[in-house]
Amino acid sequence: MEFIMPLWPAYPELFLLVMTCVVLIVDLFVSDDNRIVTYGLTQFTLAGCALLTFFTGNPEPVYTFSGMFVDDLMADVLKLLTCVSVIMVMVYARAYNAARGMFRGEFFTLALFATLGMMVMISANHLLTLYLGLELLSLSLYAMVALQRDSVRATEAAMKYFVLGALASGVLLYGMSMLYGATGTLEITELAQLSTQGVQAQLVLVFGLVFIVAGLGFKLGAVPFHMWVPDVYQGAPTAVTLFIGSAPKFAAFAMVMRLLAQSLGAEMLVDEWRHMLTVMAILSLVIGNLTAIMQTNLKRMLAYSTISHMGFLLLGVLSGTIDGYGAGMFYVVVYVLMTLGSFGIILLLARSGFEAENLEDYKGLNQRNPWYAFLMLLLMFSMAGIPPTVGFYAKLSVLQAVVSIGMWWIAVVAVVFSLIGAFYYLRIVKLMYFDAPVDTAPIAASGDVRALLSANGLAVLVLGIAPQPLLVLCIEAVRASI
Amino acid sequence: MMQGLPLLSLAIWAPIIAGVAVLLTGGDRNAQAARVIALIGALIGFAVTIPLYTGFDLQQGGFQFVEMRTWIDTLNANYHIGIDGISLLLILLNSLTTVLVVAAGWQVIESRVSQYMAAFLFLSGLMNGVFSSLDALLFYVFFEATLIPMFIIIGVWGGPNRVYAAVKFFLYTLMGSLLSLVALIYLYFSAGGSFSLFDFYQTQLPLVLQVSVFIAFFMAFAVKVPMWPVHTWLPDAHVEAPTGGSVVLAAVMLKLGGYGFLRLSLPIVPDASHLLAPIVIGLSLIAVVYIGLVALVQTDMKKLIAYSSISHMGFVTLGTFLFNAQGMEGAIIQMISHGFISGAMFLCVGVLYDRMHSRLIADYGGVANRMPVFAALFMFFSMANAGLPGTSGFVGEFLVIMGAMQVNFWFAFAAAITLIFGAAYTLWMYKRVIFGAVANAHVDELQDLNAREFLVLGVLAVLVLVMGVWPQPFADVLHVSVNELLAHVSFSKLPAQ
Repeated sequence: MEFIMPLWPAYPELFLLVMTCVVLIVDLFVSDDNRIVTYGLTQFTLAGCALLTFFTGNPEPVYTFSGMFVDDLMADVLKLLTCVSVIMVMVYARAYNAARGMFRGEFFTLALFATLGMMVMISANHLLTLYLGLELLSLSLYAMVALQRDSVRATEAAMKYFVLGALASGVLLYGMSMLYGATGTLEITELAQLSTQGVQAQLVLVFGLVFIVAGLGFKLGAVPFHMWVPDVYQGAPTAVTLFIGSAPKFAAFAMVMRLLAQSLGAEMLVDEWRHMLTVMAILSLVIGNLTAIMQTNLKRMLAYSTISHMGFLLLGVLSGTIDGYGAGMFYVVVYVLMTLGSFGIILLLARSGFEAENLEDYKGLNQRNPWYAFLMLLLMFSMAGIPPTVGFYAKLSVLQAVVSIGMWWIAVVAVVFSLIGAFYYLRIVKLMYFDAPVDTAPIAASGDVRALLSANGLAVLVLGIAPQPLLVLCIEAVRASI
Repeated sequence: MMQGLPLLSLAIWAPIIAGVAVLLTGGDRNAQAARVIALIGALIGFAVTIPLYTGFDLQQGGFQFVEMRTWIDTLNANYHIGIDGISLLLILLNSLTTVLVVAAGWQVIESRVSQYMAAFLFLSGLMNGVFSSLDALLFYVFFEATLIPMFIIIGVWGGPNRVYAAVKFFLYTLMGSLLSLVALIYLYFSAGGSFSLFDFYQTQLPLVLQVSVFIAFFMAFAVKVPMWPVHTWLPDAHVEAPTGGSVVLAAVMLKLGGYGFLRLSLPIVPDASHLLAPIVIGLSLIAVVYIGLVALVQTDMKKLIAYSSISHMGFVTLGTFLFNAQGMEGAIIQMISHGFISGAMFLCVGVLYDRMHSRLIADYGGVANRMPVFAALFMFFSMANAGLPGTSGFVGEFLVIMGAMQVNFWFAFAAAITLIFGAAYTLWMYKRVIFGAVANAHVDELQDLNAREFLVLGVLAVLVLVMGVWPQPFADVLHVSVNELLAHVSFSKLPAQ
């Protein structure tokens, strides 16, 4: 291992850490009326972090901190996207938080720490680094869910999230310890080498793999480890749901890549985890889509839809090919884009004392504001995977990956359930377009939210007409890193 | 003279861009502007398709006006478009129908006018895209994207049960096309990583796989046509859709299915097509005969015409799977003719509905006394619907029956029965609605056609008549394409043992 430790690959993380502490301190001296200062500083931090990520980016992997930390193309792309999506979350959430007394320092510092955790996870080249990042992210998220401390629902959701999340972390850690037992190393590149050569304690390795997959299933929210998802999505304040539903998925995807594709990407091990992922993916598609139909709460419905999307994501991963991983990455990027947009609309319609989280609240949106209704229409059709929106190509590339390894029957199952899924997305469109409005309050939004939300919605269409650049980026990022 | 222009791309994108322009007019305050822009857009969309016809080389085989640009390199999917005689006629039909539909909705649609007009323009561009795609992925994208505007059209401007109809329409057709997506992905790998239809045409496949692919395609296109027994979405969609929606649905959208059979099913999996042709022919004959009987007992005019559509589209699938030139040309001519006639029939019902707000036959009677001009035009279209010689309805059906005769006498016999049923249900409806004494006070107050309605129906009447007495210009563009297709289909694509 390299003796010299270049610091520059970790500049974004270091910057973020320092600035988070600055935000923490500055916020102490800011009065409630001037909280916008904290907001501005947070956005500056995230933007700076994104820029640093961009300028320290490099196509070849660079290892540092004695090989515990890696800066490769996949990490760069995912970190950049993480920063951008957190910036978007902050913009969308501002008015919502201000109306609910959550526009306070805690929200910002917790979000920044969570972002740091994600970035560490994404760049981890060591199981302990990965775990540290994961815990930093998770602990921040538990606290964020409980940020509205008077809300019974939010507290319950936080409790549930914490207990199940801690359990999942334990399971994951246990799996990691078995990997260590089988191979004698925790470093991902070494693990990859050793598992390719084959180790004597193959059984221990496979046993550890089971725990790792279970832990990953928890973090992704795939069936049968999905129980926390609907409650947390519904119980948490919408701004926090938006946060949980967006950027952490990048980190979760990176974790899947680092653990399964990199550490345990050897041929025979792929065969081992492919079966587990297949079961999880199909169950996620079935349960996610079927249960979503019955929901009357939009946040809960989107939670179940998330579960089914994670099923699709796993389909890309389980193919075990570079194209498949690239398809998975493309899927997660598209998923986050759609989630940001749709929760952005929920936040936009919410106002003081009104959450806009029931399906009924979307009735007649087209008559109230055709533009937002159109954006939501694009987002919903994209989630359903109808061309010419980008959601179609996400599904297409994943299905292609599955068919390429000869598992076309999974593709058939997946399209059947995405047909069922189309129903509940259509219902949103139906409510917005076909029904008369119940709620006629004017929809107020500041200019930045309007512009960003419009860009977000239209991106779904524009990327749908020209998906090539993003698709290439994802495949190249994976190819350069795995 | 117009060589430099990418005419085919214009035919696709001009209506779509016009649709965006119409949307930009905003709310109903600017409704008139929306209408005018929509009409101009539709006319431009139609105008750019005329040079496609005049510049089309009748002798040259293959595809003309081909454009090719890289689209998604990683998937090896290209923006590859071009037309042969089959697509040409359908593109003309589609672009013309759009103009008529925009004109037909001029005064009738009063709420959310810009969205209504834009939806039709988008739909028009997307369907031209389907008819000209030479890349399977591009085809699929256009094919599915057409669902979105139609869903909105039925759901927003439709009748009382519109939500049910719109969702049923969407899910039914999506079900079919999703399975064909899996087939397309499978073919992508079989063709060595390409979505080009030409590569698909050359790919050899064992029979079992051909049959699987055929079934997947069949799910998509049979639902679209629609064939018995997957037709049940159509009567619902037609009854609930606004007049314009019904017209486009019947005149053009159903043809996406017929076109899909010709462009994908037959040439990509010819052996499976031959093998399963008897089943398709059987289903077509059931549609022709049984659905004709179902149409006879309808009490709702729109439903009656919807069932008559299914019955007539049975001729299209029947002719397609006879594998002879008469049958196939008949099928294509039937598609075009049905586009004119069913469009006109739905417009006629729309004319009555706008005045009386009822589609029930029982609410009418003696309309001829108050609307003589309308009665005359409606008479003409009814005759055409019944397949009277001298109208376009006769040409296609006659050719298909001729083609069927070459294969099997009883196919032709069963198909010919429909001429009787068709005459029965159409003319009986006509008699109950138009003739007799004035049935009630509402009928008594009816106003005859205004200039706009007369113009729209008049254009269609001329077309139906011209196509009926002089089908040559329509048939000429088809010969080479149909012969090439039949020649391609006659070669087995089974891999050599």
